[in-house]
Amino acid sequence: MHSIQTMIATNRFGLGARPGEAAEANADPRGWLLAQIDTAGSSRLENDGLEGSEQSLVAWYAFQSARRRATKESKGDEEAVRQALSGLTTPRELVAREIAARASFAISTNAPFRERLVRFWANHFTVSTTRNVVVPVAGAFEREAIRPRVTGHFFELLHAAETHPAMLLYLDNAQSVGPNSTLGRRRDRGLNENLAREILELHTVGVDGGYTQNDVTAFARILTGWTVAGPRAPKSRGTVFFDERRHEPGTHTVLGTRYPAVGGEQAVRVLRDLSVRPETARFIATKLARHFIADQPPESAIDALGKAFMGSDGHLGTVSAELVRLKEAWAEQPVKFKTPEEFQVSTLRGLGVEKLRLRELRATYASLGQTPFSAPSPAGWPDHADAWLGPDAVKKRLEWAQALSARVGNRVDPRVMLAETLGAAAGQTTRRMVNGADSREQGLTLILMAPEFQRR
Amino acid sequence: MSSRHSRRSFIRMMGAAGWAGLIPAPLAFARGPSEQKLMVVVLRGALDGLGAVIPYRESRLYDLRRKLVPPKPGEKGGALPLGSEGFALHPALGGMHASWREGQLAILHAASSPYRERSHFDGQDVLESGGVEVLASRDGWLNRALQHTDGIEAAAVAGALPLLLRGDAHAVTWAPSILPEPDDDTLGRLMHMYEDDEPLHAALQDAQALDRAAGGIEGDARGVARGRSYEPLMQAGANLVASGAAGVVVLSLGGWDTHRNQGAQGGALAARLGQLDRGLAAVRETLGDMWSRTAVLVVTEFGRTVRVNGSLGTDHGTGGAALLVGGAVKGGRILGDWPGLAPSALFENRDLYPANDLRGLFKGVLRDHLGVSRGDLDRYVFPGSKAVAPLSGLV
Repeated sequence: MHSIQTMIATNRFGLGARPGEAAEANADPRGWLLAQIDTAGSSRLENDGLEGSEQSLVAWYAFQSARRRATKESKGDEEAVRQALSGLTTPRELVAREIAARASFAISTNAPFRERLVRFWANHFTVSTTRNVVVPVAGAFEREAIRPRVTGHFFELLHAAETHPAMLLYLDNAQSVGPNSTLGRRRDRGLNENLAREILELHTVGVDGGYTQNDVTAFARILTGWTVAGPRAPKSRGTVFFDERRHEPGTHTVLGTRYPAVGGEQAVRVLRDLSVRPETARFIATKLARHFIADQPPESAIDALGKAFMGSDGHLGTVSAELVRLKEAWAEQPVKFKTPEEFQVSTLRGLGVEKLRLRELRATYASLGQTPFSAPSPAGWPDHADAWLGPDAVKKRLEWAQALSARVGNRVDPRVMLAETLGAAAGQTTRRMVNGADSREQGLTLILMAPEFQRR
Repeated sequence: MSSRHSRRSFIRMMGAAGWAGLIPAPLAFARGPSEQKLMVVVLRGALDGLGAVIPYRESRLYDLRRKLVPPKPGEKGGALPLGSEGFALHPALGGMHASWREGQLAILHAASSPYRERSHFDGQDVLESGGVEVLASRDGWLNRALQHTDGIEAAAVAGALPLLLRGDAHAVTWAPSILPEPDDDTLGRLMHMYEDDEPLHAALQDAQALDRAAGGIEGDARGVARGRSYEPLMQAGANLVASGAAGVVVLSLGGWDTHRNQGAQGGALAARLGQLDRGLAAVRETLGDMWSRTAVLVVTEFGRTVRVNGSLGTDHGTGGAALLVGGAVKGGRILGDWPGLAPSALFENRDLYPANDLRGLFKGVLRDHLGVSRGDLDRYVFPGSKAVAPLSGLV
């Protein structure tokens, strides 16, 4: 039987064991995880149907102007509007393709720890399709800014995330104008503090990081100018550039450090300093410990991760390796209640599903309450059981588990599935209930809903 | 979101329902301010306030949007007059009109949140967070208000908690199932399997109680889940209140973004309003005696343009209309100021001027219906809103 250590590696650190995966990890569960940290290429997600953020934004601009034109000419004839737009890719289609590609990747990857890190960091730097401007570029954001950088230095990840068009649009920096800039003096447009505030509160030093409203405002001024070339830009539409005309001139002070005016580089310097502050180390360490260890993580684990962060200038590969070595992360009892997406991915992996039907996938996401790229706020999806362990939510999981089990019950043996997905981590009661099930179908449902499978 | 308030078992709130079916008289709601019931219906997509509550004596209305205005009161299929002040309800709102005549409907016209731009999500964000700008907080004003009441249980008829109800106060969701119900045998075995797992055991047990409380959805559950018809959702929301499962219920109803073919006495808006009206009638009937202690707040993120657009609809605007209906409501009144439709009165030469702050309405309801103090409302529920006075005498 696969050891509990193996199942912790595949389930807590990974995305849930696929058939055969536990056997691979069994000899050296820690080594199996550590090896994934160094496989930089293995989290790349490429697919014929996926576009870069620039192409997606240009396509979106074209779609918007076509729709405006068609709506104006149609005089209320909806069929005519539909006709005029047929053949153009809608932003919603773009995001649907991204969701499908991402889900296929997750159920098949053989570097699941790395993929979990991708998802952790994508959630840390949330951009959400709840704001329309993000819809065309949400998927590209994760592929372009996050995926290549989850085990490099935190600064590189931070810089890539904050200067990606998706983030500049999501948190309004693309519209922000310095009051004393060339544009600011001419027009009735002003400073927008969203990005500055969220970088401090959510991405770096954290809400208790000791900053004040003055720091937020000063940082917002420094960030002005970083924007996205819009539909009427003369060239390079859909790309990020630094627009001097929007940039607030002057020296500004953030968290006690003075930043002289040096154009776009001024903001990069603030990001660099923020990326290695002890408050940032502690904030990141706490979030990682919460994700991998417990909703209320032990102080000792936070300290160790924070130390690894500070000692390596925020090298995330080093921090991730420290996480794998922490004894607190190997507690035998699974305590993290899976998010709906974690539950769904681990289920599909456990059942050995290889092909996904997009329409079913969408219905599933909606029913379970977590559609990718649509987190409710910049804080991302919650990472604690209170948010997910609601009565109706658990029942919806059961309904989904039952429907899926009915479909695959003829080809998956529950006893094999139990051994492969939970191994020695399955408790007596679960074992007994699964073995006593009155059909394969019911056996599978019971595994998927077992306390040990609902948690990781 | 913190977990400062740990999860309470819904079952405990309901008494000892267990497997045995619905409890008739919920103990938890027998006394105190929580005797008052509140439903908040969020119309997503921006209700056309001028289409729902028609200022039919404004001649400019006909200049700017003739094709969207139903016949005047008294004419065939005409709008339903509201007293003598020159307003009338859309003809599809017959039930609401009856409530008006009974003095149970109050209307705040030309109303808006502090939000002054025109994005649905951003507008809903400000409407629900209770802040003055987008992404101001990650919890909602209703949740914060509940933290200042005597433990009223809250529920949303939705797959996930809407921002309005997110926060430290406990709240549950209920949504119609689009997949087959779990079979009883599997359910029984699962409950057995969860015997040593308190959180999962309580959740699954509560889910069954919640299901019984909400009642089933008849007909096309998938369509209902997608918001194609309001009545079953509103019925479920009322059931949650009537059964004692929740004292505060939030509903989200989409489909109000009438950019095209909005219509006048018939059309897209009329169809939606008709559904809303029937849904409210079902709520009233379901609540029975409880209706006299109930207020239903119907709100939307912003209004729509005064002028008809090129596709016989309206675009995103500013000032809108909010409705407050219920047996507890002192209605039969149009609240607040009316800015009129004169060219100089329009907001940015296109929208109804936002003369009335929605937060005043919310504060009035929270203070006088749920007993939240003025100080808490000013400081905590709607931070920095001291200058916005609660509307008085609403209930």
